[in-house]
Amino acid sequence: MSASADRVPRLLALIPYLLAHPDIEISSAARDFGVTADELREDLNLLWMCGLPGHGPGDLIDLSFDDDHVAVTFDAGMSRPLRLTTHEAVALIVALRTLAATPGLVEQDAVSRAVAKIEEAAGSQAQAAAAVTVAVDGQDARLVVLRRALEAGQAVHLTYYSAGRDARTERTVDPMRLLLVDGHWYLEAWCRRAEGVRMFRLDRIEDLTQLDEPSQPPPEVAPRDISGGLFLPSPEDIEVRLRLLPWARWVADYYPCQSVVEDGDGLLVTLRSSDTTWVRRLVAGLGGAAQVLDPPALAAEVAEQARLALAAYDTPVNT
Amino acid sequence: MNLVICLLATRHFLTAEQVRRAVPGYEADDGTDRAKEAFKRMFERDKAELREIGVPLETGRTSVFDDEDGYRIARGDYELPAISLAADEAAAVGLAARLWHSAALAGAAEGALHKLRAAGVSLDEHAAVPLEPRLDSGEPAFGACFAAATERRELRFDYRRPDGSDPTPRRIHPWGVVARRGRWYVAGYDLGRQAPRAFRLSRFAGRPKAVGPAGAFERPEDVDLVAMVASVAPASEVTARIRVRAGAAEGLRRAGKASADEPDLIEIPLSDLQALADRVTSFGVDAFVEEPPALREAVIMRLRRLAAMPDAPAEAGPVNTQDGKP
Repeated sequence: MSASADRVPRLLALIPYLLAHPDIEISSAARDFGVTADELREDLNLLWMCGLPGHGPGDLIDLSFDDDHVAVTFDAGMSRPLRLTTHEAVALIVALRTLAATPGLVEQDAVSRAVAKIEEAAGSQAQAAAAVTVAVDGQDARLVVLRRALEAGQAVHLTYYSAGRDARTERTVDPMRLLLVDGHWYLEAWCRRAEGVRMFRLDRIEDLTQLDEPSQPPPEVAPRDISGGLFLPSPEDIEVRLRLLPWARWVADYYPCQSVVEDGDGLLVTLRSSDTTWVRRLVAGLGGAAQVLDPPALAAEVAEQARLALAAYDTPVNT
Repeated sequence: MNLVICLLATRHFLTAEQVRRAVPGYEADDGTDRAKEAFKRMFERDKAELREIGVPLETGRTSVFDDEDGYRIARGDYELPAISLAADEAAAVGLAARLWHSAALAGAAEGALHKLRAAGVSLDEHAAVPLEPRLDSGEPAFGACFAAATERRELRFDYRRPDGSDPTPRRIHPWGVVARRGRWYVAGYDLGRQAPRAFRLSRFAGRPKAVGPAGAFERPEDVDLVAMVASVAPASEVTARIRVRAGAAEGLRRAGKASADEPDLIEIPLSDLQALADRVTSFGVDAFVEEPPALREAVIMRLRRLAAMPDAPAEAGPVNTQDGKP
């Protein structure tokens, strides 16, 4: 029993799995359990030495091998998998309910049937799922259009509002993937206008139409690895250093920062951005709770913009 | 493994000593205290490990004449009930399991799939449409909050307010854990403030702690956790009128609607004055508040602060050395 933490659950599931998949190829079984074929062979060797008390020849688990295939000839009473743990039940049920709240992605009827069945199988553990709720942008007709375009392999035409640049643009794009990150849906697509891969937040897409022409992202482009976050800093980005007063500390939670250092009650943060307009708007929107330390030109620009805006209200600057 | 097989096979409760004789791998009894101690330690560790992975280990006595508690696993409690999924149901489950990317829940979802496959369910994780949804809960406090909400135990933690003041201790009855816009919250009844409150997990200082017995409170039936977190402001009757420069301030145009006869005069229902003032200020010269006066004042105040900020911050020098750059 001194196996690693995730090995015991796997060993317990393996015999019922092999009973349910007679004469399965060892490599397929390994794939289903997310381990290498060699690791699975070691598991099988260990199981072979396990069995009922007495541990005589008739008490031990018995397996038969045929080339790379394996079957169970005696299961020592291990015919069914262990029940779902609370965490397992919650992980599946909450995720399924989230899918159910997102029409257009998978067939709703199938999701509700699946929820009911998993809840039944999980028994009392299913109740724990009531303690977890995930709210996502739901009921989005755009999701349906994009899913169909992806299925059909066709390009789409869209009008997009870019919050960073505060501009609306029209583009024809070749859809690659739909992503749900931090509660928002995104379309990853090859943008023919920008000649690059772009992320489009679905709630900022307007006038979406599927085109009658195939989606053809250049063969060399691959979906981006988003494990480090959706927006990766690029070498061309400029580095902006901000001093945040206490009530602007949330900025550090909200936007990916290169560094965050305590500064009295506030913070000193470094952000990278390809777009100074976005940073300028961020700082202005904080209304004085954030100060640009670097680059100085940006600091000057923020102050100058504010003076111009004040002039419109016909108010002297120094009162 | 042998311990599970053994305890599943028995209908009687087996004492520790009986287990020791029946299951190979345990230190044999050679009469010494050392061997006794070694067995005890190993058996305790194995029991803990089995409970940890969800094996329902029962303790009890088969008859009143037994003078020591024994152990067994009831097959009905151990085994996953029969389940079969149609192809479209299985596809939904396969996609659901991929929604989690953080170690704790992704691992749990993966474990659930292993068990379903072992129950004969055929699951094809290969999606027809390239989808990459993730609900992530990479918060270190998630596990403790979730467990306390599930067991209905009081939860204590130190909470940092967004203004950066020192963390204050909080005691709550956690009703549930909520994700909204990718951020996780625990919502419940704040015992100190005697009111329902929601707390962002990323603002916890240190680890939360569950205290007291399980089942310490009842979760209100009709509570809407998402609404608690969203703290939805009531609809407002006041309309702000913002004049925007032609072709600019798309963000404000999207938040409201153009007035009937002037495309550059935007009308926005005013629910949170400070938030709208921040937003208008962010558009600088491109946006001008016509009314109400309170919003106008709030924007002017912000613009004055911004205009008064030094172009070349005097403190910039020493700051350079402490911003954590390599």
